[in-house]
This record gives sequence, C-alpha cells and structure tokens, in this order.
Amino acid sequence: MKTHMVKLGALLAAVALALPAVAHSEENGQFIPVLSYRTGPFAPNGIPWANGIVDYFELINQRDGGINGVKIIYEECETGYATDRGVECYERLKNKGPTGAAFVNPLSTGITFALTEKAPVDKIPLITAGFGRSESKDGSVFTWNFPLIGTYWTAADVAVQHIAKELGGPDKLKGRKIILLYHDSPFGKEPILVLEALAKKYGFQLTLIPVANPGVEQKSQWLQIRQLRPDYVVMWGWGVMNPTAIQEAANVNFPREKMIGFWFAGAEPDVIPAGTQAIGYKALMLQHGAGRARVHDDLDKYVYGRGLGKSNPTDSSGVLFNRGMVGAMLGVEGIRTAMAKFGNKPLTGEEVRWGIEHLTLDEERLKELGFDGMISPIKITCSDHEGTHTSRVQQWDGKQWKVISDWYTADETLLKPMLKDAAGRYAKEKGITPRDCGKES
Amino acid sequence: MFYREAGHFHDRYREDMAIFPIREDRIGIRVLLAIAFVAVPLLHVAGVPPFAGDYLFSAVLVPLLILSVAGIGLNLLVGYCGQISLGAGAFMGVGAYAAYDVSVHLPGMPLIATFLLAGAASAVIGLVFGMPSLRIKGLYLAVATLAAQFFLDWAFLRVGWITNYSPSGSVTAPALAVAGWQVDTPVERYLLVLAIAALVALGASNLVRGNLGRQWMAIRDMDIAAEIIGIRPVQAKLTAFAVSSFILGLAGALWAFVNLRSWEPYAFSIDRSFQLLFLVIIGGLGSIIGCFLGAAFIWLLPLAVEGVPRWLSIPISADAASNLTLGVFGALILLTLIFEPHGLARIWAVAKHKLRRWPFPY
Repeated sequence: MKTHMVKLGALLAAVALALPAVAHSEENGQFIPVLSYRTGPFAPNGIPWANGIVDYFELINQRDGGINGVKIIYEECETGYATDRGVECYERLKNKGPTGAAFVNPLSTGITFALTEKAPVDKIPLITAGFGRSESKDGSVFTWNFPLIGTYWTAADVAVQHIAKELGGPDKLKGRKIILLYHDSPFGKEPILVLEALAKKYGFQLTLIPVANPGVEQKSQWLQIRQLRPDYVVMWGWGVMNPTAIQEAANVNFPREKMIGFWFAGAEPDVIPAGTQAIGYKALMLQHGAGRARVHDDLDKYVYGRGLGKSNPTDSSGVLFNRGMVGAMLGVEGIRTAMAKFGNKPLTGEEVRWGIEHLTLDEERLKELGFDGMISPIKITCSDHEGTHTSRVQQWDGKQWKVISDWYTADETLLKPMLKDAAGRYAKEKGITPRDCGKES
Repeated sequence: MFYREAGHFHDRYREDMAIFPIREDRIGIRVLLAIAFVAVPLLHVAGVPPFAGDYLFSAVLVPLLILSVAGIGLNLLVGYCGQISLGAGAFMGVGAYAAYDVSVHLPGMPLIATFLLAGAASAVIGLVFGMPSLRIKGLYLAVATLAAQFFLDWAFLRVGWITNYSPSGSVTAPALAVAGWQVDTPVERYLLVLAIAALVALGASNLVRGNLGRQWMAIRDMDIAAEIIGIRPVQAKLTAFAVSSFILGLAGALWAFVNLRSWEPYAFSIDRSFQLLFLVIIGGLGSIIGCFLGAAFIWLLPLAVEGVPRWLSIPISADAASNLTLGVFGALILLTLIFEPHGLARIWAVAKHKLRRWPFPY
C-alpha cells in the first residue's frame, strides 16, 4: 500500500513538473472557438454540424493558407448542448489566440440566450445562422447578435405560406386546423408568436402541443393529435424528438405528407432512424439542402485528400454538414470583409463585428466561393442582421431530400412590427438605447 | 506534526463549544478566508496566471461556490435530517424565478432583499412539499419530492406569470447592484458569491450544532426514539425542509442572477437535482465542509480531466475528451464510494485525525 502511494505521488509530481515544460507556444493567426456537441442526446445532429464547421476552416487553411493569408486557429469545446457547459466553453476560449475569439457560433438556442448577455461585455459577435432569438435580427438593439440567413420567425411564416399553397391559396386556410408540435424550450417556443399572429390573420385554428426534452416520449401528444384530426402538423423539434415524432405519426396513421418540420427537423438524422415511415415527410430548408456544390470538390481535394477531415468524405454532403459549412463560411467572409477595412492581420471581435455587419454576398461572390445554389445572396446591414428572408421546402423520398418548392419570401409587413415590438421590449428591459442605423457607416 | 492540540486546554464551556475548538483549525480557516477574500483578488489585479483573466472567476469559482451553497442546503435536509429529496433542482428554480419576479414586479428592491425573498419563496414551497414527509419515509419520500420536481418544472414552463409572459420562456437577470456597488466584473461577482457562501456556511454550521440541528440528527438516526425523548417530528422535519429550501432558493437565485444571467427552466431540471444529490453523497452526508469538497469534485474534476490532455499537448478530439471525462468521472465516483462511502469529508477527517496523532497515527 505504502509503495503504491509513493509511486502515485511520484507520478503526480512528474506530471506537475512536466506541465510548464510543455506549455503550448501561441501561434499567430485568427482564433475561432468552436462550441460543439459530439456527445449527449443531440450528438447525432451535433456531430455532422460541427464537422462541417471545422472541415471548412481546415479547407481555408489548406487551400488559401488562411483568410487573406491569416491562418485560422480553431479549438473545439464540447458543450453537450448544456447551457452551463456552453458558458464555461465560451469563458475558456474567448480570450485565446493573439486577438481573442473572432466570433462565437454556439449551435444551441439555450447557449445563445446566455451568451447574448455576455457578448456585448466581451465585444465578441455571435453568429447564430438559422437559430437563436428571432428579434436579435434587429441590429440596432442587438448589436452583437447575427441570426444570419434565417430566423425562426421567417421559418414560421414560410411554413404557413407553403401550407396555404398546398391548400390552394391563403383564403383556403380559413377554418383549418394546424398543430404546432414543439420542443418545450425557448428554442421550440420561438415561432409561437408568429404562428398566433398568422392564425388570427388567416383564420385557421392553431393548437400548441409541447414535447418535453429530449422528446423520446410523445405517445400522449400523438393521441391528442389523432383526436384533433388536424390538417397539418408543423414540427419544431431537434435531435431525437424528430424521428420519434415521425414514428409516432406512422403509429396513429397521420399522413407524413401533412407534417412539415422546420429546418432543424429536416436533416438525415431526423428521418433515417424512422426508416420507410419517414417517406413523404416534408421540412423547411435553411437556404441550403443536402447535396454537393463546387466547394465540396475543394474539400475532397484539399482536406479529405490530405487526410485532414473530421467527417467521412461520403457524409460531407448532408444537410447538417452543409449547415456547419455555410455558418463557418459566413463567419470567414465576415472576417474577410473586416480585413478590407482593418488590414490583413488577426482581428479583434469588435473589428469582426463591423465586418459581419457589412457583409454582402452576391451571386457572383457565392459562385467564387463555390456555394452557388446553396444559399441565396445576402446583405447584412445595421438594421437587418438576418440578411435574407427566404426559404424552400424539401421532401424525404426514403433515400434523399428532394426540393419541392420555389423560394418563399417571408412576409415582412407582418414580421417587421412584431420584430420592432420584441426588440423594443428587450431594449427597455435591459436599458439599451438603440443605435441610429441611419448614422452607421 | 505541527497539527496537535497537546497543551490546549479548554477551561470554559464557550471554548469547548466553539465552531472550531482547535486552534490550528481557527488559524487555518482564517488563512483560507484571507486567501479567498484578499489574496485571490489581489493576484487577479496583479495579473498572475491563472488568476489573471476572467475564466477562473466566471467559469470555475463562481459556479463552484454557488453549487457549494446549494449543496449545504440539500445536505441539511438529506445529511442532517435524513429526508431524501430529489427536488433540489426545482427548489433552486423557485429561488431563481422568485428573484426574477421580485426584480420585475417590485423594481428598486435591493439585491440582497431580492435574494432573501427568493429564499423565502422557496422555503414556503419547500414547506408545502415537505408535508408528505410527515407520513412517508425513505424511498417513498424520494418519490414525493420527485413529484415536486416535475410539478415545479411544469409550472416554470406553463405558468406565464412566472416568466413575465416571455414568449420563449427564457428570462434574463437585471444588472446587479448591492448598495450602490455595481457588481459587474467577474471578480466582483466572485466576491459577492464568496461573501454569501461564507455566511451560509457559518450559519449552517451554527444551526446544526444547535438545538434545531440536534433535533434533525435525532430524527435522522431514529425517529421513534427521537419522538420518545420529546422531539416533535412535525416541527423538526418541516423546519429542515424550510431551511433547506431557503438555502437552495438562495443558491438558485445566485445561479440565475450571477452565473447564468439568462436562463430557461431546463437549467433547474431533474439533472440538477441529481447533480446536487451526488454532490452531497460524494462530499459527505452530514458535513458542511463536505459540500465544498463535493462541489469541487463535481465541478472541477470534469474540467481537470478534459484539461490534462490539453496541458500535456496530447492531441485529442473534443468528443473523445468529453467521453473520457464521463468515463473517468464515473469511475472516480465509484471508487470514492467503494473506498470511502462516507465521502470526501470523511477522508478529510481521517487525514486530520492522523495528523493530530502523528507520528503514531492509528
């Protein structure tokens, strides 16, 4: 026993002595933290998403030698989709690298809510492409939040537009029954305000049915749906909730064609576990879908060809992988925009924020980047941190997602006043004086 | 060695009954408090790593201290009064939302008063859910407190008034100010939490040494015998529930206002209850210092396990590190419980005992 203790003590002492010796030398470059979740109940969705992000950073480093020659240094931190772990990751990584974190992409609405309070203090922009708080689109109040290329409110409006189209026009919505089946968390509750406003406008009957986290238990919800016999079920789910819902829908014989998931319920891990029962299920697209674009050829050549990728090359065209890549690309282009003003060197979060706020990607630029066809052109301004308000609908045919609609544009006449209202409420609660976007350059 | 009390004689009852009857302990605790209150902030100001940045304060020390406070709350109930509770997370939630509601509906309320009201609200709820303990015991009581957890979780999500009708159900804390002191920086937050944690620890250790604590322990050890010697179980159990919930509510308000700043009901889910229960079991049931040790184990160990490969520059992917953490953490919990079922506090007590009898410990 005693010798064991001595050995253990010696080992610990050796480790302690070795620590300073191997202290890592700081590289020069632009540091970007990657908050991801590769474990826990949301891992099947979190893994491809995170892979898309890190593989794109690796592509930029390998192909271009960094952003305008400034190498990207990235570090992953596991959040497990838990808010407190996410905050810990953020605190750990926010000051790393020569200039601190360029931006943070938290991959979770819960963590986004928590970081919204911290980002303005630390002066680090938050990129929440397709998630986060919808009202943070108003850049005059939410200076540091960027819900780029789509908010939940846009999604809610587009979902109803698509239902109206399938029914044969908005006037046909009157008297119909639509159910919102949602994950019972801030993330799932985000669309409620918009759907309620739309229900009032078009005269359809909206029923809200929550599903408790993580969403594996939905028997009673689907019994209720069977009793209500709705015309459509709009689903706001994430992770294991989605395949469970599809299976339960099959159990109560609810047609999958009448289910519309939003864009976090529209990826391969959401339908493949449900097998053939998922055939016909529809989902919104966050701009992009699955499939390859020119950027994937570069990935094959520079990342997978050199054995540097995180993802399996065959999985690198899935919906969530592409989502990670699009999010990473938007951040990188934000940094590039900022470099045009501040010079080609590692930039601070404050400088990167300016860059993202002035980010413009037209068709031509998207083509250059190899993302043509994946997202529509975007233009970020001080008053609009979303940049584009469009979405499409896709359908699962048992093997792959097929795009079945044209681009829809969200109804700004409805959303704008609601946005002003919600952002104004937040500003008042927190004592923020909104910036005057007319004076921003 | 130096830690011996030979030659210390207590010639007054006061000295014998002091919280720290041994002089070395008194010195030790003073040094510890001086380090925590003075040296740590000074090292931060001087910029000595790892005290330089915000990380140590906002991601390590503040959550650690708040969890310790919550652990004390739960330990009073589980460790001292022997009433198993699986609703600790929910009582923290009551504190958090009560503090939020006070700050929304009664603007201008001083922060400390807000925290006390949050604790009081939690105490009332704790009393209500403590009622079943008068009739049921052991595992059955655990199930009853589980019901409290589920009911309160439901209420946070469904009762709009609690979240001031926030559309997403997520709420944010107001700016913190104590008597004109703007508690903005992580170090200031640390000092605020540290002061509260020290007060709670002092109060709790006095409480358990006094009449009430002895009643609780008598109920824990054998409730029938306790009743026969004149302890009223109703009073003892309900006060344990109330005091425990009060401290849990206070900890919840701190967790929400000082640590998270913006939170959703999920922050106080059943996972939190389990975390706290593990914390007090690993730290040591029926021990105040055990709460701090248990909190350190629960909060620091995963960070350490994850951090070791990084410090040694061993390339390891984030997911592998995370799985490794879970594995090592689970193994250490098992080992701790196998080799010292009475928790870390017991290890500490044994070490102290051996030191006092050095060089011939037994």
